[in-house]
Parts: sequence; structure tokens; C-alpha cells
Amino acid sequence: MYEQIAKNKRLSYFLIVMMTALLIVFGFAVGYAATGVGWFGLVIAVVIAVTLSLTSYYKGDKIALATSHARKVTHEEAPQLFNVIEEMAIASGNPVPAVYIIDDSAPNAFATGRNPENSSIAVTQGLLDKMNREELQGVVAHEMSHVRNYDILFATLVGVMVGAIALMADFFLRWSFWGGGRRSGNDNSGILGVILLVLALVLAILAPIAARMVQLAISRKREYLADASAVELTRNPNGLANALQKIADDKEVLEVANRATAHLYIAQPIKKFSKKSRGLFDTHPPIDERIAVLRAMASGAPGAAA
Amino acid sequence: MVWIIVIAVVVVLLLGGLIVLYNSLVRARNKVDNSWKQIDVQLKRRHDLIPNLVEVVKDYMSYEQEVLQNVTKARSQAMQAQGPAEAGKAENMLTGALKSLFAVAENYPDLKANQNVSQLQEELTSTENKISFARQLYNDVVMAFNNKVQTFPSNIIAGAFSFSAREYFEVPEEEKEVVAVDLR
Repeated sequence: MYEQIAKNKRLSYFLIVMMTALLIVFGFAVGYAATGVGWFGLVIAVVIAVTLSLTSYYKGDKIALATSHARKVTHEEAPQLFNVIEEMAIASGNPVPAVYIIDDSAPNAFATGRNPENSSIAVTQGLLDKMNREELQGVVAHEMSHVRNYDILFATLVGVMVGAIALMADFFLRWSFWGGGRRSGNDNSGILGVILLVLALVLAILAPIAARMVQLAISRKREYLADASAVELTRNPNGLANALQKIADDKEVLEVANRATAHLYIAQPIKKFSKKSRGLFDTHPPIDERIAVLRAMASGAPGAAA
Repeated sequence: MVWIIVIAVVVVLLLGGLIVLYNSLVRARNKVDNSWKQIDVQLKRRHDLIPNLVEVVKDYMSYEQEVLQNVTKARSQAMQAQGPAEAGKAENMLTGALKSLFAVAENYPDLKANQNVSQLQEELTSTENKISFARQLYNDVVMAFNNKVQTFPSNIIAGAFSFSAREYFEVPEEEKEVVAVDLR
């Protein structure tokens, strides 16, 4: 469990560094090719992306809750859910998040909020109906771990970089399409200018795709991390493993989820054909592999490959 | 001149490091104290819930006076206990008394069907969980604090300002044997 936590933290930080490197190299190449001043494009793209992301950082939780039709509930309306969330708040030493229920029969849950003081946990009615107390506790612990690990902040940070890269690529492709390249070719005459321009064009096409892939890789690492942190809270890997198994076996599709909110949920809400399939564009790791890692924790064996 | 600047920079850095380490020690110690208080909050909540439970249950369980009396007695002992050692022992007695109450309650289908009872049972189950999670958190923050007190370089400051390692909460022997009672 502790190795799992350390390993997934390390890997996600490594991916953040890679993303930053990609952003800097790409920004510099585009800026240099377009204006001759490397940092110019980088600065503009980052400023725009940061402005856009501030909205999602401060209002993102409200938007996510509203688009999934979550309603706030009190202790009297859902005593067991409330109790389980309070238990996990105590175990993690965090304040108790706001509690929401989504009226959907597919079992799923998500957490949102920029820090533990402003966090919310939403679960579907289907989850409450289908899970026993132990499994519910595992799911809530996973969501609580997203809050505790500042995954919303993490996702926003990564989103800023992906956004900046996409913006720069877009600007640059339009700019060179409208003949900007010719002017620039005159400015930095010589082989170097041409090479940089070609390089920037190739990067402009590849960088947004690469950035999106790194973003999703980070998302998958944070899921493993939240699974392991959940076990740290409950000391019971089987609760979460059983819950994931039930979610995997469930045939219902969560109607309120869409591509914008998919990464928030405990398990990928948009079902695929095979539980084992893994893709570079998945927000979550294969559910069977997550269960296997949890079962390995339960038997005390060193964690399987993550 | 250069030497004076070098020495000044080193002194400022050392002082800054000292302040940071000292503050992190204080923060860790406050967390230990606070999480200890959290355990008390949950124990108090359990004491508050028990009279309600006894009140609801006693009509159904008129033949089980002894079990009910045990719970009531254990509760008042736990509330009157002085000092952590005595309190710990009394709370464990209470945990045991509640367990046998719920075990006996299994024999009364009417009781299990009662809405109030199942609600109280959920609240008590949750409170038991909260007590153990609060103890778990206490041990986690004690470990974090002790690590700071005992590892370099914060151990130097801990020594100078007499921060000493705290004791873990030990699970008492009788609680280590798991009693399998399905309360649902």
C-alpha cells in the first residue's frame, strides 16, 4: 500500500515534468519560428490558458455537480451515506465534504472541489442500492483520497498546460497557413530558420495529441494513487475491490456523464467492450487491473504492475 | 567585506531553517493533540446515543434485563472514569456490552424490523467506526510527529525545545479477537 502510494506519486510528478518540458520546448519553437523571440508565444499562450482555467478551478465543482443533476442531501435523508463520509473524513483528518446524490441507477461516484475545505462527494442512487456498507466505504474512501491528494488542483494544472499547448498549436497553424511563414523565412534567413519552421509545424500537429496522452496517463496514475490511499484510510482493500467488481459487472450506463466529466468518476462511466482493454485515451486504468492490485494488497503480496 | 556577507547569508539561512523546522514541529504536535480530542468527541457521542437505544429496545427485550443493565452500567462507568488508562478500560467494557446487546437482538425479529432500532444501530455502528478511525488517525499523526522528533535535522530542534515522542494508542487485548456479528 505504502509503496503503491509512493510509486504513483513519483510517476505522476515525472509526467508533470514531462508535460512542462513539452510545453516549454514547443512554446519556444513556435514563438521563435513566428516572431524570432522564443518566449513570446509561450507567455501569451500560458496567460490565456491560466485565465480560462481559473474559471474551471473556482467554478468547476458547481458546474460538474449541476451537469450531473446532483442534489444536496442532509444527514436525515441519507444517514448511512452521511455516516460513511464522516467516517472517512475522520480517518483522513479532513473536514466533512458536502454530500450529493445523483438519481441514476448506474453505480458510480465522483468527488470535486479545489481543496479539502471546499469539497463535495456525489454518489448515484444506484451505488447506494447495490453496495453494502463495506463497499460503500471503499468507494467513499477512494473519492476522499482524490480530495486529500489535491487531484482537482492537479487536474487543473495539467489542464492549463494541455490548453496552452493546444492554443499555441492552433495559433501557429493558422498563422503559417495565412502566409506568416514567408515573412518569417526572410527574417531569419538561413538553414536554421527553415529547420525551426518545419520543426514547429510538425510539433504543432503532434504536440496537442502528445499532451492529451500525457494528461490521460497522469489521470490513470492518480486513480491508482486514490485506490491505494483509500486502502490507507479503510485498511480494507477488499471493500473497494468488491465495489469495483460490482461496478464492472453492472450493465447500466450512467446517463448524466459526458466526456467533460468522465475523468471525475470512480470508474470510467462510458462503458467499453472489454474490461481488460487499455487505451492511450482512457481516463481510468482497466478495472480488472485495479481490482488485481487491490487484491494483492489484501493478500499482503507486493503490488502488481500498475 | 566578502566574508561578512557570506557569514550573514549563512546565518540568515540557518535561522530561516530553524524557524521552518520549529514551526513544523509545533504544527505536528498540535495535530497530535487535536486528533486525541477527536477520539473523545466520538466517545462522548456514543455515551449520548446509548440511553436512546436502551429506551427503544427495552420494550422488546423484557427478558434480557441483564444485557441492558450491563450496557447502562458500562456507560456510567465509562462516563465517570478518571484518567486515560481507566477510561480506556471502561470504554472497552462498553464496546463489549454493546456487542452482546446486538448479538442478543438478533433473536428478536420484531426488534430488527423496528425503524428506530435500525436507525440507532446504524448510528452506533458508525460511531464505533468513527472511534476506531479517530484512533487510527491519532496513530498516523503520532507517527508523523515522532518521525520529526527522531530524524535529522529536526531532532536537534526537538531536543533543544524539549519536544518528546508521543505514545501510540495500543489496541487492548480483548478487542483484538474479532467478534463476527452481522448487524444488517
